Amino acid sequence: MFALKLLWRNAFRHRLRTFLTVLAITIAIVAFGLLRTFIDAWYAGVEASSASRLVTRNAISLVFPLPISYKDRIRQVEGVKIVSYGNWFGGIYIDEKNLFANFAVDIDSYLKLYPEFVLPPDQLAAVSRDRKACVAGRKLAERFGWKIGDTIVLKGTIFPGNWEFVLRGIYHGRDKTADESQMFFHWNYLNETVKKLVPRRADQAGFYMIGITNPSLASQVTMAIDELFRNSLAETLTESEKAFALGFISMTEAIVIAIKLVSFVVIIIIMAVVANTMAMTARERIGEYAVFKTLGFGARHIVGMIFGESMVITLTGCAVGIALTFPLARAFASAMSNYFPIFNVSKATIYMDVGAALLVGVVAGIFPAWRAVKIRIAEGLSRIG
Amino acid sequence: MMEKSTSPIVRIRNLSKSYRRGSQVIPVLEDISFDIPDGEFLALMGPSGSGKSTLLNLLAGIDKADSGVIEIGGIDITTLDESTLAGWRALNVGFIFQFYNLIPVLTAFENVELPLLLTRLAKHERRAHVETALRVVGLADRMAHYPSQLSGGQQQRVAIARAVVTDPTILVADEPTGDLDRYSAGEILDLMDRLNRESGKTVIMVTHDPRAAEKAHSIRYLEKGELKDVRA
Repeated sequence: MFALKLLWRNAFRHRLRTFLTVLAITIAIVAFGLLRTFIDAWYAGVEASSASRLVTRNAISLVFPLPISYKDRIRQVEGVKIVSYGNWFGGIYIDEKNLFANFAVDIDSYLKLYPEFVLPPDQLAAVSRDRKACVAGRKLAERFGWKIGDTIVLKGTIFPGNWEFVLRGIYHGRDKTADESQMFFHWNYLNETVKKLVPRRADQAGFYMIGITNPSLASQVTMAIDELFRNSLAETLTESEKAFALGFISMTEAIVIAIKLVSFVVIIIIMAVVANTMAMTARERIGEYAVFKTLGFGARHIVGMIFGESMVITLTGCAVGIALTFPLARAFASAMSNYFPIFNVSKATIYMDVGAALLVGVVAGIFPAWRAVKIRIAEGLSRIG
Repeated sequence: MMEKSTSPIVRIRNLSKSYRRGSQVIPVLEDISFDIPDGEFLALMGPSGSGKSTLLNLLAGIDKADSGVIEIGGIDITTLDESTLAGWRALNVGFIFQFYNLIPVLTAFENVELPLLLTRLAKHERRAHVETALRVVGLADRMAHYPSQLSGGQQQRVAIARAVVTDPTILVADEPTGDLDRYSAGEILDLMDRLNRESGKTVIMVTHDPRAAEKAHSIRYLEKGELKDVRA
């Protein structure tokens, strides 16, 4: 108790200096936390992927479709439980800046594959009944103020024209990792319309989503599906959903690495700031440490005092920084929801914040502690007066 | 009044100490030998640079001699390692500094309690000791005051309370009145005299001030690292 009292009072002896140091740590922790959350958001698709889902696409490129006839053949592969399919629609709502993911999918099978998207049964029934029905995520509906029954018009980019949909369902995520900013509608609606306008583009799926009976069968099923279509006009590439998502991330890996580096640079800079504060503090207190030694306090007490003070400062800044990270992340998520539908501060980020603060506290205290322990008492006492 | 013992509490033999400044070796104390009886009030005097503070530091175990023996209470402290010496100081030496050297973020009570934190005393026992020490120095009503809220004389009295609270074998004082006005200096010297007479504490005091030295039972002069004169 006495030690804590001493550490706390010592830490705030120079209020302005400590305040500025704590402020610097707070800013660093907020920056570090937001950058790490940003990286998490980048990998959100990977995190949300399931080990029991596979994705089959055209082996040449995702741009090229696959015949819809593959659906039944894939379903016959041993280990396959459910097959869904769809196309990236890429429609624009009113203005190009209103970005969100929209897909034409086989809604029934798609929702069975994605239990994390929860749609009330009455809405699911309404979606099934209406050929033009669409389903939107809760965040997406909130963003544009959509309500059940609203007519939504998307301007097609891949499939030209104005496409009219009726919002029949609003799904919500089973947990925080589920993306609530997507929209999907009946693949049949797309296909039937395309069949009339551009018949050669009909009966084609951009991807197949495959649910397997057991995640341990993933590799076996993957090979079996690709083997099935080897030497055909549209060879397939099947991979786990995670690998599929990582494929997208790898295109922007350099950005992620740069952000990671910046987050560590922030910590190194703050380490230098706190080390400087602690060095100044220890230099000013050399006389006091000599008094403590004179009274019989040993090296471990002096080291404890210096590291303790360093920890009080860094952990105070860390606590304030963590507390601020949440509202700032929410504000960032709200402002950037077009680009980052999932922007949640994870537990791992908080642990990394605390770990970084502890590391800064320890590193900043090493040199002052070493100096205070090494200095002779008589020399330390001579600094007083 | 305590009965004084004639046996030496401090026994110094062939004590030498020098400092290095670059390649130059500066001798400070040369082959000094003397005894200090138990219950003595000794004043060490001498001009600046004569080595009196160095001698005091060696006696208090806060500096290391080059050679010689310093026996205090039968223990040769020159043979103790740093950690053992720290423990020995906590139990056997009460140090009174010229500039009081109180910890500014601690109250008078907490400053006096500091040395007791190294003992096995329970909190209520520490409280009793601290209150007694502060009562002895006449500051029972200033326990919650921080050093900055006390006068120089009061701060020095807190420092004396801190020095005696562990009931040490010897009290060493380095210019204890050097930073005080005449009136406060008189109070401090009276207090040290009282501690010596009533509690039988051995007091070794370095001073420049002849009026302070008058309070001592004996005075030793140091000049150029040697004991030049002894006046009992």
